Amino acid sequence: MSIVVERVSKKFGNFQALEDININVESGKLVALLGPSGSGKSTLLRTIAGLEIPDTGSIVINGQDTTYLDIRKRNIGFVFQHYALFKHLTVRQNIAFGLEIRKTPRQAIKRKVDELIELVQLRGLGDRYPNQLSGGQRQRVGLARALAVDPQVLLLDEPFGALDAKVRKELRDWVRRLHDEVHLTSIFVTHDQEEAMAVADEIVVMNHGRIEQIGSPDEVYENPATPFVMSFVGEVNVLRNARSLLSNAYLSSSSSPVYIRPHDIDIDTFPHPGSVSTMLVRIIPIGWEIQLELQIEENFTIAAQINREQLNQLDLQVGQQVYLKPRNVKSFPEFAHSSQQHFTSVNVK
Amino acid sequence: MQTNKSKKFILIGLVLVYLSLVLFIPAIYVFYGAFNQGINTFLEALGRREFQQALRLTLITVAIADPLNIIFGLCAAWAITHKKFRGRTFLLSVIDLPFSISPVVAGLMLVLLYGRNGWFGGWLEAIGFRVIFALPGIVLATSLVTLPFVVREVIPLMEEIGQEQEVAARTLGASEWQIFRRVTLPSIRWGLIYGVVLTNARSLGEFGAVAVVSGSILGRTATLPVFVELAFKNYLATAAFAAAAILALIGIASLVAKEILAKLARQPTI
Repeated sequence: MSIVVERVSKKFGNFQALEDININVESGKLVALLGPSGSGKSTLLRTIAGLEIPDTGSIVINGQDTTYLDIRKRNIGFVFQHYALFKHLTVRQNIAFGLEIRKTPRQAIKRKVDELIELVQLRGLGDRYPNQLSGGQRQRVGLARALAVDPQVLLLDEPFGALDAKVRKELRDWVRRLHDEVHLTSIFVTHDQEEAMAVADEIVVMNHGRIEQIGSPDEVYENPATPFVMSFVGEVNVLRNARSLLSNAYLSSSSSPVYIRPHDIDIDTFPHPGSVSTMLVRIIPIGWEIQLELQIEENFTIAAQINREQLNQLDLQVGQQVYLKPRNVKSFPEFAHSSQQHFTSVNVK
Repeated sequence: MQTNKSKKFILIGLVLVYLSLVLFIPAIYVFYGAFNQGINTFLEALGRREFQQALRLTLITVAIADPLNIIFGLCAAWAITHKKFRGRTFLLSVIDLPFSISPVVAGLMLVLLYGRNGWFGGWLEAIGFRVIFALPGIVLATSLVTLPFVVREVIPLMEEIGQEQEVAARTLGASEWQIFRRVTLPSIRWGLIYGVVLTNARSLGEFGAVAVVSGSILGRTATLPVFVELAFKNYLATAAFAAAAILALIGIASLVAKEILAKLARQPTI
């Protein structure tokens, strides 16, 4: 069941929510729409669902043009960020809702609901009401309810957005495994790049209503197509005026900003050929991962990332001199003039 | 500390004295007045033809006004919470109008409009339909005065559940009517019933508007509250007290029902 989005544009008043969107989702794939809030990702999902109608362009699901098809006839499964469960109905009744609308025989409904309760691991909770369930359980009900009608495609709008960190991770891994079992063509919206990379086969990075890049998680991370993707997917140092580093062989002439990922920086306590002297101003331990804040000049710091073992080996102390050498840098000369709108400062996180 | 405590008692005492004077003692006195000549006199008063007629008229009025208000209330609340249209906020405040204008004025408006010389009255009379001094007018006046109750109770609930559940139902294939019946209505049901209880209580007790519109003819167009007044004026104190006691009982029952429903409404699982 493929989904093809062709030249879709949509305006809300003067706000261009979607601009010339083209996506081709192959049957059985799990695709993430990734972008900051206001990037148009939710609008795109709602347009595919039929909750919005595009101004121009078309949506083709499984070969059928559904652009103007009533949402009720699209046979899509939709999962909401805030679950949108029917509060006055039990878990079983929630899951059965779509089947009852379709006038499915009672026996068949019962069988299907039992099957789905098993699938979403909610055995024994069938007679509970939504407000007697945890967030993770509610979203499982939401999923089961959407899957009950055997949808052609499954659309998930920030499905893990309302959950706390641990449950979020559990549920997203579970959804990935579920997808590997069920192979239902799925699109989910997220603003969390880690979530997109952990779950999706393919990521569509969006910004300002446009697509910045479409690719596998590896492609998007390793070969970002635009400065926006570089900075949105993964952390990055943006060196607009890298004079201090210019001596470095990696940094040739170009006046466009230079992008370096914190983990692409080698750190040592003594100089190497081509390395730059800096002062260590902060050590931020995040479990195994250690973030370093290195001052190159006044008001010019750069973030580097090492692990706990390296930290212990180098025996680093705040205030000492360390030498850094970028292993991998990237610049986007073709975006030299437009990059201004994306970044305003050195991005140290 | 000590003075705080005594202040507290003085305040509570004042409130109790006030409530006793304006509420408790009068309420008890109504029942005393109804029964002080013995239960037989009370029953006799209830057996009077005029009382029976007033009771019947009141019940018929309520039986028509309640459904009218439910239907109108649901339609108005749904439109106001689901659709964006010009004059939406205006409509919202107009619905409150019956609360702020005097019922007597409301009744007078109806008389002027539907009376023999009114805009609609002459025409309606020509086709043999009498509004003023008859049941239609009483129903109109009652509905008008109780108009805001259902809408006011239902709107906040509809807003609270938001439209996400309804969108979810739509993605699952439900039609507008199915969404309303299976999602919206169950979500607002306690608020709706609560609104009906309030409408009911007010419909039963409405005096001002009905007195103007009905012409207050004992034995013909008098509702229970009007009957109370007429009976009292005609020195039928026991009959007046008996009818008042019945009204007071219904009022107390409404209050109890209201409390129970308010509690139920706060429990979304039931």
